[in-house]
Order: sequence, then structure tokens, then C-alpha cells
Amino acid sequence: MYPASPREKTVRIESFYLDRYPVTNAEFLAFVQKRPKWSRDNVTSLFADTKYLSHWAGSTSLGPNALAKQPVTYVSWFAANAYCEWKGARLPREDEWEYAAQASTKSVNGRADAAWRQRVLGWYTKPNPPQLGNVGSGLRNYWGVYDLHGLVWEWVLDFNRSLVSGENREGGDEERDRFCGAGALSADEKEDYPSFMRIAFRSSLKASYTTGNLGFRCAANIKETP
Amino acid sequence: MAACTCPAKKNADTEGTGGSAKGDLGGPKGKPVDAELTYAPLVPRPTKRKAPARVVVHLEVREVTKPITAGVDYTFWTFGGHVPGRFIRVRQGDTVEFHLQNHPSSKMPHNIDLHAVTGPGGGAASTFTAPGHESQFTFKALNQGLFVYHCATAPVGMHIANGMYGLILVEPPQGLPPVDREYYIMQGDFYTVGKYREKGLQPFDMQKAIEENATYVLFNGSEGALVGDNALTAKVGETVRLFIGNGGPNLVSSFHVIGEIFDKVYTEGGTHFQENVQTTLVPAGGATIVEFKVEVPGTAILVDHSIFRAFNKGALGMLKVEGPEDKKIYSGKEVDSVYLGDKAVRSPAVATATREVKQGLVSLPDRIAAGKALFAGTCSTCHQPTGQGLPNVFPPLAKSDYLMKDKTRAIVTVLNGLSGPVTVNGKEYNSVMPPMSQLNDDEIAYILTYVMNAWGNKGEGVTAAEVKKVRETTARPPGAAS
Repeated sequence: MYPASPREKTVRIESFYLDRYPVTNAEFLAFVQKRPKWSRDNVTSLFADTKYLSHWAGSTSLGPNALAKQPVTYVSWFAANAYCEWKGARLPREDEWEYAAQASTKSVNGRADAAWRQRVLGWYTKPNPPQLGNVGSGLRNYWGVYDLHGLVWEWVLDFNRSLVSGENREGGDEERDRFCGAGALSADEKEDYPSFMRIAFRSSLKASYTTGNLGFRCAANIKETP
Repeated sequence: MAACTCPAKKNADTEGTGGSAKGDLGGPKGKPVDAELTYAPLVPRPTKRKAPARVVVHLEVREVTKPITAGVDYTFWTFGGHVPGRFIRVRQGDTVEFHLQNHPSSKMPHNIDLHAVTGPGGGAASTFTAPGHESQFTFKALNQGLFVYHCATAPVGMHIANGMYGLILVEPPQGLPPVDREYYIMQGDFYTVGKYREKGLQPFDMQKAIEENATYVLFNGSEGALVGDNALTAKVGETVRLFIGNGGPNLVSSFHVIGEIFDKVYTEGGTHFQENVQTTLVPAGGATIVEFKVEVPGTAILVDHSIFRAFNKGALGMLKVEGPEDKKIYSGKEVDSVYLGDKAVRSPAVATATREVKQGLVSLPDRIAAGKALFAGTCSTCHQPTGQGLPNVFPPLAKSDYLMKDKTRAIVTVLNGLSGPVTVNGKEYNSVMPPMSQLNDDEIAYILTYVMNAWGNKGEGVTAAEVKKVRETTARPPGAAS
């Protein structure tokens, strides 16, 4: 994965579970039915912007623009977080998500593979399709995880970490990473454009934001038996 | 005589305009004004304001798939739906309230860095906007000049390579001198996985972009943007002002207009002008203003004079000037005469055919191919590449009764030339064909074999032996090669 700063060459990641698929509209509907405060009629504006679940036909019904097996989109970070907690899980951390996503179909790390990189980049450079595909319709990677590339962007737990950092990681100008610096100045693997784009996308978000191409999946720690 | 004690006259050339230090002309007066935004090649009207205003700009980012050339689509990221982005025109001292809207259908977050802004990132840090959201910031336009704006979201190069740039003009307080026409042109380089003009939807090629190996170099975002029906227009006697930007991301433009000389060039879009310039550099991420009066009708060709970009990558536009001719300034073609240098044409096709003749292997197609190459170098100046000749001057070879009726006469004509009246296909021609006896027997045989089998002609081939026989039995005119 892309190191968070030039001083961090490697990042240690504990083992973790990651959902095989992004969360679907049908799964999220079940959550909203059990936890009505997360329906679009009840959610507070602090936790979700006005487009939250706006593609659903009703507060608790999906309709033609939100098919059951499509990944749920127009969800805020707060809502995604609540869903995962309801499931006894959590959102994946950026490190974890990126670790899983650097696997190609055949290898743990496809980032040095120019063909794989161009394939991933291909999705990033196409406009959103009028209809999203169903979950599982994309590529199955080395770990057996589907749709990390080519379907929707995904929330991570620490989505604002890389560019908009609360702490002053560079020990200097905190603003330096904010707009173009991270993609241009302080990077090691400058060809890894998809990483830049994910970092840029995530850091453009606020936790209440929802967009038509942003979904999520959950992760969990592996509990060690003492 | 008393010494003059009056203060030294102000000299703009040595003192300049004062830059940003003199750019704050006070707070905005009157109601806020909505900026007029235009798509290239159009330019908003001069502001004609006498006092600073609060100018409101709404610029919408859209990711769109459109033709980059005929039959080739590309996914552009744009400020306003087209490349380049919409032209913004304000006056020095204006307060600009800027709204950046990222359309809900966008896949990417975007921002904007306006080189006209004094402040961090040129506004980039304040306008970083997720899909379906809007950002706002305000700046005072302290420096006059023509400035590029562009997206500065990581990876910056890719956002620019996809077309995210445009121009903002900050007029001097007194405005620019009036001209008859103003146009907006912006150059950009594009990098596609497929080759130049390879059909279909072409994705961005990151590696080519890093290597600065552009597939396309374009004015206004597509190969057809400024040619044919989309050409710029002007009338004889008018003065034309071009606002030229260069989005890059990589290449510096050597901007040139074929058939014109820039009367004025506001170098790099700044305040002072150079005069009488042929070609001006437009830096990547920079701009230039040029002005010129058009005196004669015709089509002036706009190019990046790094000339392969113009003819092989698309950096070509047109300015059609209409009006009466002025032969005193430009005569048009006065003489069109034949000039034949002592050029001996050798081509691979000729070599192949000659070698095969020696080996006794030559085929009719090889001889025709060899003849075609020789014809292009020797005969096509007069008889034209398609063998049609020139009406009333040079007779046609295509479907020519004179040519096809008598093979020996044809060989004689090539070897010894032909002067005086001849009738071809019922029309009389009275011209001079010089002898071509400098060509060897093989070459003449190939040429005749070709013309007798091209453009609808169908005949047998001519052999070197037949030419040799004619050469031995006829006399060359004085001065011709033996």
C-alpha cells in the first residue's frame, strides 16, 4: 500500500477479516428496518447530507433505481459505521483496505504490474455508468475478495487520514499534503496513480457526505485466544 | 534658459504598472455582478467597468466522453463540459466570489488553482470538492494579465491531461484597447493508449504521459475544433486579438500563424507588448495575447510550429479571412512554370524491379509499382498525380487515346520529348514536353507500363528491350542526354 508519508516506508498490519462483497441495498434495507433512526426520513443532518439514500423509492423501500444486489451508495460514513457496528464489525482501516486492494487476480501485490495497474486505472478514468453492476460482478482478487476495483469507491474508517491529517505528520507544513503535494512532491511510487486517486477521493469527503458512487464493506479483527 | 524643475514624466516602461501592490483599487462598488462565461473560441465582452465590482463566478466540473477526433472518443474532465474550460473575464481590483460545483455524476473529486489568485494553491486548498458538492472562496484580482486556471487534485498531471484547464483574463483598469475580434484558443497535449486516430474509446495512458510522448496536441480539445466549419473568421481590414493559453500538461507551444505576423505579442500574457513577432512561446501553464491586422483574404493556419504536432498530432486551426484582394500586398501566384532539376529518382520499388529483371523474375505488378514511384518523381508535376493533366495546358494520360493507341509513339515521346500541337481525346494541346532520355531503358519501361495500367488504362507492359530499340533508332533533340 501507499505509505502514509515519506518517512513511513512500511506499515505493519495485523491480520483481519474483510467482507467478500460490498454491502448491498437489500442488506442495508434490513439494517434501516431494524434501526429506523438510520432511515432517510429520520437521520439527522449531522450524520448524513440531503442526498442520503435518495435513490431509494421510499424511506424503507428500494425501487427501480436501487436493485437489491447493487452495492448501496448515497451512504454517509456515519451510516456505514453504524451498519458495521450493528453487524458486530467495523469499517476497514485505510491500511487494511489498501492492503487487500493491492492484490491482483493472481498475486498478493499487483502494484508493480503495469498491465494490472492500467486495468485498475481504466475504471478510474471512465465516467460513472448509468446503472451500477451487482456486487460480485467485478474481479475476484487473490484473497477471494470481489469488487475492490471497478464498481464503487468505498468508505474506510480513517478516510481523512492521508491528506487531511489532524496531527502534523510531516513535522512541518501541515497544509503541504492537502491538495497536490501528496500526489506530486513527497511520493515514492509516482506511477501508482490509482492510489493517488483514492487518497484524493477520500480526502475530498466529510463524514456526512454521500455520493452516487461511494459504498462500503465491513471488516473485523481476528480475535486471538489467550 | 532656466533648468526645468518639473517632476520627471512617469515612464510606464521603466516603472511598470505596480503589480499587486497597486492592484487593490478599493472595495467593490454596487451590486454583485454575475460573470459572463464563454466556451472557446468565444470571449466574454469587455467589462467596461470604471470601479471595482463583486463578480460571482459559477463553474461546474463535469466528466464527459466526447470525440477527440473523428471516430475516437476520450473521457475528458472539464470545467463547464468542454475543453478548454469556460473563459472568465474580470477587471483588476475586482473581488471574485468563486463557486466550484462538482456534478453529482462525477467519479472524481476536483478543485481549481487559478493563477490569477494571490493566495495558497491559487484557491486549490479552498475548493477541493467531492462529487455532488460545491465549494466557495473569494479572492481579489490584484494582478492584471491573462492567466491559466487548472485542476490541482492528485494526481495533478492526470487531471490536467484530461482537459481540466481554462483562462481567466484580468483586464487592466482602463480595459484593453478595442479590437474587431477576440478569440479564445487553448492548447493541450493528450495521451491515449491507442495510436493517433486509432478508433474507439481511448483510455488515458499514464506511461506515455510520464514520458511526455503525446498522442495528440490539440487546440480547444479536439482535432476539428478550429477547422472547416469551426474555423475562426475575420474580415479584411480587421484587427484580431487571440487569447492563447497552454494547459499542457507537458509541452510548451511554439505558437505561429502561417501567413500572418503578430503586430503585438503580450508576452506570457503580461502587460507589455513586443512587436512584429513570427512565433511566440506559450509555456505549459501559461498564456499569451497576440494581435494582428488582417490585410488580405485567405486562410491563415494556426499551428504549434513544433511542426510534427501540427500535421501529425492535430495542433492545427484556421482563421478564414474574407474580403477583397489587395494585389499590392499579396499578388497571388504570378508564374507557374515547369522546373525540372537534374533529379534522378531511385526508389526501393525501382531497385526491386531492376534486380528481378536481371534475374528474369520480374512481375507485372512489380514493374507497375516501380513505374508509379518514378512517375511521382518525374511526370506528375505536369500530368498530375492522377494522370488527369491540366486543362488546356498538359494533356491527360488517364484514358488517353493518344497514349494508348501507339506504344512506339509513347516510347518516342518519353525519350525525345514532344513539342507543338497534339489532339488528345478530341482536345487540342500545344505545349512542350522535354525529353526524358536521362532515364535508363528500364525506368522508361516501368513508367510506361505504369501509366498504361493506371487510372482506367488497360494495356500491355513496355519492356526495356523495346525502349532500347527506340533509343537506338531515333535521334535525341539537341542538349538531351543520349
